[in-house]
Amino acid sequence: MSEFVVEVKDLKKSYEKVEAVKGVSFSVPKGELFGLIGPDGAGKTSIFRILTTLIFPTEGKVMLLNTDAVTGYRKIRNNIGYMPQRFSLYQDLSVEENLAFFARIFGTTIEENYNLIKDIYIQIEPFKDRLAGKLSGGMKQKLALCCALIHSPDILILDEPTTGVDAVSRKEFWEMLIRLKEKGITILVSTPYMDEANLCDRVALIQNGEIMAIDKPEKVISSFGRKLWAVKSNSIYQLIKDLRAFEFIDTVFPFGEYLHITTKDKDLDILEMKSVLSKKNHSDIEIKEIEANIEDCFMNLMNVN
Amino acid sequence: MNRFIGFVKKEFLHIFRDYRTMLILFGMPIAQILIFGYVVSNEITDVNIGVYDKSKDNVTHEITNKITSSGFFILHENLNSDKEIEEAFKRGIVREVIVFEDNFAEKLEREGTAGIQIIADASDANTANIVSNYTKAIINSYVKNELFAKGFPYEIVPEVRMLYNNSLKGVYMFVPGTMALILMLVSAMMTSISIAREKEMGTMEVLLVSPLKPLPIVIGKVIPYMVLSFINAVVIIALSYFVFDMPIMGNLAFLLLETLLFIFMALSMGILISTVSNSQMVAMFISMFALMLPTMLLSGFIFPIANMPKILQWLSTIMPAKYFIIIVKNIMIKGSGIGIVWKETLIIAGMTLFFLVMSIKKFKVRLE
Repeated sequence: MSEFVVEVKDLKKSYEKVEAVKGVSFSVPKGELFGLIGPDGAGKTSIFRILTTLIFPTEGKVMLLNTDAVTGYRKIRNNIGYMPQRFSLYQDLSVEENLAFFARIFGTTIEENYNLIKDIYIQIEPFKDRLAGKLSGGMKQKLALCCALIHSPDILILDEPTTGVDAVSRKEFWEMLIRLKEKGITILVSTPYMDEANLCDRVALIQNGEIMAIDKPEKVISSFGRKLWAVKSNSIYQLIKDLRAFEFIDTVFPFGEYLHITTKDKDLDILEMKSVLSKKNHSDIEIKEIEANIEDCFMNLMNVN
Repeated sequence: MNRFIGFVKKEFLHIFRDYRTMLILFGMPIAQILIFGYVVSNEITDVNIGVYDKSKDNVTHEITNKITSSGFFILHENLNSDKEIEEAFKRGIVREVIVFEDNFAEKLEREGTAGIQIIADASDANTANIVSNYTKAIINSYVKNELFAKGFPYEIVPEVRMLYNNSLKGVYMFVPGTMALILMLVSAMMTSISIAREKEMGTMEVLLVSPLKPLPIVIGKVIPYMVLSFINAVVIIALSYFVFDMPIMGNLAFLLLETLLFIFMALSMGILISTVSNSQMVAMFISMFALMLPTMLLSGFIFPIANMPKILQWLSTIMPAKYFIIIVKNIMIKGSGIGIVWKETLIIAGMTLFFLVMSIKKFKVRLE
């Protein structure tokens, strides 16, 4: 028996022309909230579909609950909860009917596992007679989560559950995940939002079908290992061009209203930098040293590779 | 089992929620049967007839008067020999010729029975049938009102002959044909669309990850449509029986059993279509072009198979609807039992098995 409930080794997946997953390995111990962080097209959905036994791996070995995902798919399907990227419940059935249906096909009832979904279901219960298609985005996700949980799965696999959901609902959703984790459910979640990475126990940063880093979020951040500055002026576009023209500057990435920059080797003299920029007709210049976040790490890793 | 019942319940909910599906399911059969029915059973007025009166007595005159004064018929010409009958029809104006046998009144009085021959131009099978039925009805009412009422227990035996098209292909064709068409459409198209919808909406992904096996999913999809199609079939049979006086000479239970078999065949065909189509649109187009058009054109529903080019005749042998139409016609019109239609029944059963095995084989337990 392995201590890991999910073990992926040298996983590759090719579709007709594209290689979506190019040799990925990771393991998830029981009770962990594991995040797969990466932009669209990085291969997250392919990995999750292989984990949920929906598609075959081209190469490599995938074990869930010590069962091979290819040969033991029946056993795995009984013990995982899966929430696909797209809302996939029956839009013409009501909230309650959807839930009752999924409970039934998993051979259980709403009452039996009510304590597991109670926190979440209580929020959508006032709308239980409404058709699922008429729910708001956040509500849909809550319902989908309830349906994925109703049979009390050992592993919960969520493919971009917060994409297209408003900021408040996203926050609520993650709070729910953390509570579920405390109940001992292993959760694998993928997201393109870097800020959600900090809420995971461990994250894998994935890009173009390859994992660039895999560690606890704070470890990933501390591995950044360089100084980082945020720069801002009245003309961001001109600023990007000017900064990139400097020899000693390594990377320049826009982050909201700021640009995050790193230097090649020497430290940045903030005052000197300001005067140089104001000579180039920039005003309202602001430069400050900042802590790196996951997104900086991601950009940095992308650059290195 | 509980899982399976849950699944079937969900399917029924889908159907009842979607008013368009309901409309197709129940509106279309009724509309179609009524349209086909009324197109076929047109009212007739002012049909030109010829009378060949070999007897020329008061009874034959009375009957001729009854017929011509009914408002449906116009006496176009009096004929004087068998040869003239043929010529009259060939000129194309006369649609029916009524022949009274020799010594009509005398025979009626002496033997209590006399014969009338009704010859109809059955190159237009529908009109011929209606015209001859009207004539028969007028003669019968004459016997009843004029002879029986006056205490004469006489009998006039009208003998109907259809010229040019003895077996009257085309008449009553619309009921078996429409039945085949509608059952095919409802069963095959609806099931294929409903499975394709699960794929399109992404719910198939979730269903597959559940412990439901392919067979319960497929059977669960099929059962609601089986029930609804069967109700449809009963509605069609009832409509044709009560509204259009289509006879049911054979065993009704046997007819329903054969219908059930055909529905099952169409459903398994629908499942097979759904396994190869990923969207509702594709499923619908395949059903339309692969099922509906061939069913209408090649099954003998609209065009007699015997008149088709050889290659289309071969094609028609793989149309399940063709066999169903033969079965229904035989049971309803000729009153045949399994002894007559066992071959067709076996063919449909074989097709069912083939589609079922194929679709379970092709049903994917994964997304690829």
